[in-house]
Amino acid sequence: MKNVTTPLDDPVDAPGEPYEEPAQAGIVRGILRRKSTIVAGGFLALLVLGAVLAPLIAPYDPNVQNVLQRLRPPSADHLLGTDDYGRDVLSRLIYSARVSLQASAQAVAVALVIGLPPGVAAGYRGGWLDTVLTRIMDTLMSAPSLVLAITIVAVLGPGITNAMLAIGVIMAPRFFRVARATTMDVRHETYIEASIALGCGNLRTAVRHILPNVMPPIVLVISVSLGAAVAAEASLSFLGLGVRAPASSWGSMLSTASSNMGLAPYLVWPPGVMIFLTVLAFTYLGDGVRKGMTRSRSARGKGE
Amino acid sequence: MAGPTVQAEARAGPTPKPPEASPNPPGNPLRNSSKGHSMLRHAGKRLLAAIPLLLVVPLLVFLLIDLAPGDPAVVLAGEDPTPDRIAAIRGELGLSDPVVERYLRWVGAVLHGDLGQSLMSDQSVTDMIVRRMGTTMSLVLFAMVMAVVLGTLMAILASLRPGGVVDRLVNWLASVAIAIPAFWFGLVLASLFAVTFQVFPAFGFVPLSEGLWPWMSHLVLPGIALGLLPAAEVTLQLRSALGQELKSDYILNAQAKGLSRSAVLFKHALKNACVPVVTVLGFRVAEVLAGSVTIEIIYNMPGLGSLAVDSVLSRDIPVLLGFVLFSTSVVVVVNLLVDISYGYFNPKVRA
Repeated sequence: MKNVTTPLDDPVDAPGEPYEEPAQAGIVRGILRRKSTIVAGGFLALLVLGAVLAPLIAPYDPNVQNVLQRLRPPSADHLLGTDDYGRDVLSRLIYSARVSLQASAQAVAVALVIGLPPGVAAGYRGGWLDTVLTRIMDTLMSAPSLVLAITIVAVLGPGITNAMLAIGVIMAPRFFRVARATTMDVRHETYIEASIALGCGNLRTAVRHILPNVMPPIVLVISVSLGAAVAAEASLSFLGLGVRAPASSWGSMLSTASSNMGLAPYLVWPPGVMIFLTVLAFTYLGDGVRKGMTRSRSARGKGE
Repeated sequence: MAGPTVQAEARAGPTPKPPEASPNPPGNPLRNSSKGHSMLRHAGKRLLAAIPLLLVVPLLVFLLIDLAPGDPAVVLAGEDPTPDRIAAIRGELGLSDPVVERYLRWVGAVLHGDLGQSLMSDQSVTDMIVRRMGTTMSLVLFAMVMAVVLGTLMAILASLRPGGVVDRLVNWLASVAIAIPAFWFGLVLASLFAVTFQVFPAFGFVPLSEGLWPWMSHLVLPGIALGLLPAAEVTLQLRSALGQELKSDYILNAQAKGLSRSAVLFKHALKNACVPVVTVLGFRVAEVLAGSVTIEIIYNMPGLGSLAVDSVLSRDIPVLLGFVLFSTSVVVVVNLLVDISYGYFNPKVRA
């Protein structure tokens, strides 16, 4: 099935305005030009730091229950209140960042492994291999995503690893498409033909000469996918198909909030805001990376 | 096929658009002549290409069950299985037969309209799905309509003064809205407008047959929650498409003719700018359908989403397969419509 390319494979594509400042060489410098990118990157760096240092930062043990302190609204003792087992919401929020970030990295790693090598292979070899792989990936892409995830979780059993495996499989076609398209772009460049003529094997040509071209757009897909994976993990954990108790993620915290909405409406905010900010930060980071890359590419083009 | 028939089909097809409203360069030889006929062929080709997906996705489920480590019947029985349940699952799924045979038997039954029986309740899966379909479809429809109306309004507002305050505000709002998880937005709406202020009923669903307002009032909050993301995407897409259209020659021509601003916008630009938006909407249907799962759980609506989650948690594979087949069919049909609309808008695709 031939898929019409959707601009929304790349959600960061939509906003933005053309650049008029003089172009600067260097992707990193291009990326760091934008304040929003720096803020987004800084937020994510803090988040990772907070997740790593969770035991030092968290005011309470996230799993200690205190029945006398059930569903207390925010106070000096418990800055974000307590949940239905009397556990400190702030501490759970910090520990959940670990689960959410780790899970999202896992999912993207799975997607990268499933999507990138076949993409390069399909773009490099073409022919029947390309046809078969593209057909498989298109099928994956047109299957309804959450349904596929639910199915995989149903068969493998609920749990964060299985859920992330499922999300990784679903996101793989994005990596495949970008890798394949970029490979096809450079496949017939002189330096590729030259390296083949010099006797480089296929693997060496692919890894040494094609991969460096494929990586910049892939970095962009990684950034966007990390955000998407955080949101997907939250949905699955919210449904009880992801993280298992007593561990928690932002999604499972929202599930608690959902069942205690009448008594403790304040529970809805902290995990949701964290998911929202994290997804937004990854989007802006991806946006910045993309613009930095386009800029440095156009700068190179002008210099020649 | 004889010549006259082809021509008759061509005439029966949709009327060609006036030249100035076409997104293609003028003088395209494919246009007008045999539009209806090639439209049909295009649709037919797409339909044929879509069928494998309907077969492949359930096959994946069968293979996954087969490949899962351990005895599938024991695995599927969940925690603390009773021997009865294991035997029931083995019997129901025919697990002693090879996987291909099981799959083919299932396909054969589906072709006769039989999706099997639930392992948990002994109800027919077809009945269960038909009974819950209305809820989910109402919700998805409501969300999509809201997305189109809100998105179009915002995009038009923004394009009235390109680069103005409104334009930038709309652009910013839409890109931020994309990062809001639908189910969290649903929770926030429920906690604000159903629990704290009690403007709308918080939970449940009332079918349309019991009156328009009761039906609507139960759909407002979940519909808004579910429609936010597609609304933001429609806004961004339509805004950027309108921006492109407004720069093109035919718009300049229309302005030079002395047409008013609104006539240019509504009669000419909007028409062509709709093309990418239709595509976006098509792709979003799958996502909205997926999003309806969490929204239905939050608002306690008896739809397909809660059925799917229950079937996963209780490992009720026949129900799950039915759900998978249903969702895949919806997505296939919508993709097909999008593809056909593409062929309609852009004759080059049909070649």
